[in-house]
Amino acid sequence: MEYILILVGTVLVNNIVLSQFMGICAFLGVSKQMKSSLGMGAAVIFVMVCATLCTYPIYMLLEKFEITYLKTVAFILVIALFVQMVEMILKKVMPPLYKALGIYLPLITTNCAVLGVTITNVDESYNLAQSVVNALGTGIGFTLALLLFSGVRSKINDSKIPETFRGVPATLIAASIVSLSFMGFSGLIG
Amino acid sequence: MSNSSAKGSMFELTKGIIKENPVLVGLLGMCPTLAVTNQAINGLGMGVATTFVLICSNIVISLLKKVIPSTVRLPSFIVIIAGFVTLIEFLLKCYLPTIYSALGIFLPLITVNCIILGRAEAFASKNKVVASALDGLGMGIGFTIALFAMGSIREILGAGSFMGMKIPVLCDNSMVMFIMPAGGFFVLGCIIALVNKLANKKPPAELGCSGCPHADSCKNIGACENKEATQGGAQ
Repeated sequence: MEYILILVGTVLVNNIVLSQFMGICAFLGVSKQMKSSLGMGAAVIFVMVCATLCTYPIYMLLEKFEITYLKTVAFILVIALFVQMVEMILKKVMPPLYKALGIYLPLITTNCAVLGVTITNVDESYNLAQSVVNALGTGIGFTLALLLFSGVRSKINDSKIPETFRGVPATLIAASIVSLSFMGFSGLIG
Repeated sequence: MSNSSAKGSMFELTKGIIKENPVLVGLLGMCPTLAVTNQAINGLGMGVATTFVLICSNIVISLLKKVIPSTVRLPSFIVIIAGFVTLIEFLLKCYLPTIYSALGIFLPLITVNCIILGRAEAFASKNKVVASALDGLGMGIGFTIALFAMGSIREILGAGSFMGMKIPVLCDNSMVMFIMPAGGFFVLGCIIALVNKLANKKPPAELGCSGCPHADSCKNIGACENKEATQGGAQ
C-alpha cells in the first residue's frame, strides 16, 4: 500500500515536470513528437532506476564516513559515469536497444530530474525498495507529462497564434494549462 | 590598446545582462527559473547563489583549461561545479537558513543548471581568466534579474505582497494560481513574449541550442530537431 501511495504520488500528484519543475529543458526540447517523447521517457525511467540503485550504496558509504555533504558531488559523478557506461555497453551488447535509447542518453546526464530523484530519496530517507519505487514513479510521471504534452504541442502548431507569442511563449502557456489540469490530482492522497 | 580591452571587458560583462540574457533570450536554466520564483526573495537568493557558482567555476575552469583533457572535460567541469555548489550550500545553511530551506532541493540542483555548464563549455574553456570571470558575473546578473522579475510578478499577483510586505488592495484579492506551478509557466511565457516584442524580433522557434552543452549529441537525434519542419508548420 505504501508503495502504491509513493507511485501514485510521484506519477500524478507531485508530477516531476508539471509541479516540481525538474527536467523542464528536456520536457520542452524533446516533446515535439510522440516518438521522441517515448524514447526519451524510456531512457529517463531506465537511468533513474539504475542511478537510484547505484547511489543507494554510495550514500551508505558516505554516511559511514560522515561526509554526507559530499552527496551532490558523488551523485552527479556517479550519474555521469553510469550514463557513459550504459551508452558503451548498450552499443556493444544490444545495438537495437542502443538505437532506440542510446541517442537520448547523453542528454540525461544534466537532466536535473535524475539528480533530483536521487537527492529526494536521500532527503526523504527512503529505504532501497521505496527509493526504487520512487524513481520508477518519477520516471513514469516524466514520460506521461512528455507524452501528453507532445499531443498538445502538435495542436499548437496548427493553430493561429499572435506573432509575438509564437514558438516558446505559446509552448510555455500551453504547459501552464496542462500543469493546471494536473493540479486536479492534488487531493488524491491526503 | 587599454581602451579597446576595457571595451572588450565591458562587453563580456554586459552581454549577459540584456543581449544574451541566459533565461529570456538563451532559454537556458528553465528549471530553477520556474521552480523557486514563487517569491521575489527566493528568486533573488537563487540568482545570487547561481552567480557565485558561475563566477567561481568559470575562473577555475579557465585556469585549468590546458590541464583538463578534452575527452573527460564534461565530467571534470561537473565535478568542479558541484564542488562550488556544496560550498554555497554550506554558506547559505549557516548565514541564511530561511533561504536555504526555501530553495530546498534546487540548491544542490544548481550543479546541473545548463547555464553554468553551458558557459563553462562555450566560454570559460576557451577564454582568459578575467574575461571568464566577467562573463560569469554578467550572465549571473542577467539570470538574477530574470529570476527577480519573475518572482516579483508572481508574488505581487499571487500573494499580494512584495518581498514579504503586504500590498494594500492586492493582498485581499490575490490570484493564487500565480504562485502555483501553472502560474510559473504562464508568467515566463508572457515575459519571453514581451522581450520578443521589445526586441522586435521573431520569437525563437526552438530552445537555445547554441549555449547548450549537448548541442553536438543533440544534433543526431532530433531532440532539437526538425527546426524547419516545425517553423514551416507554425507559420
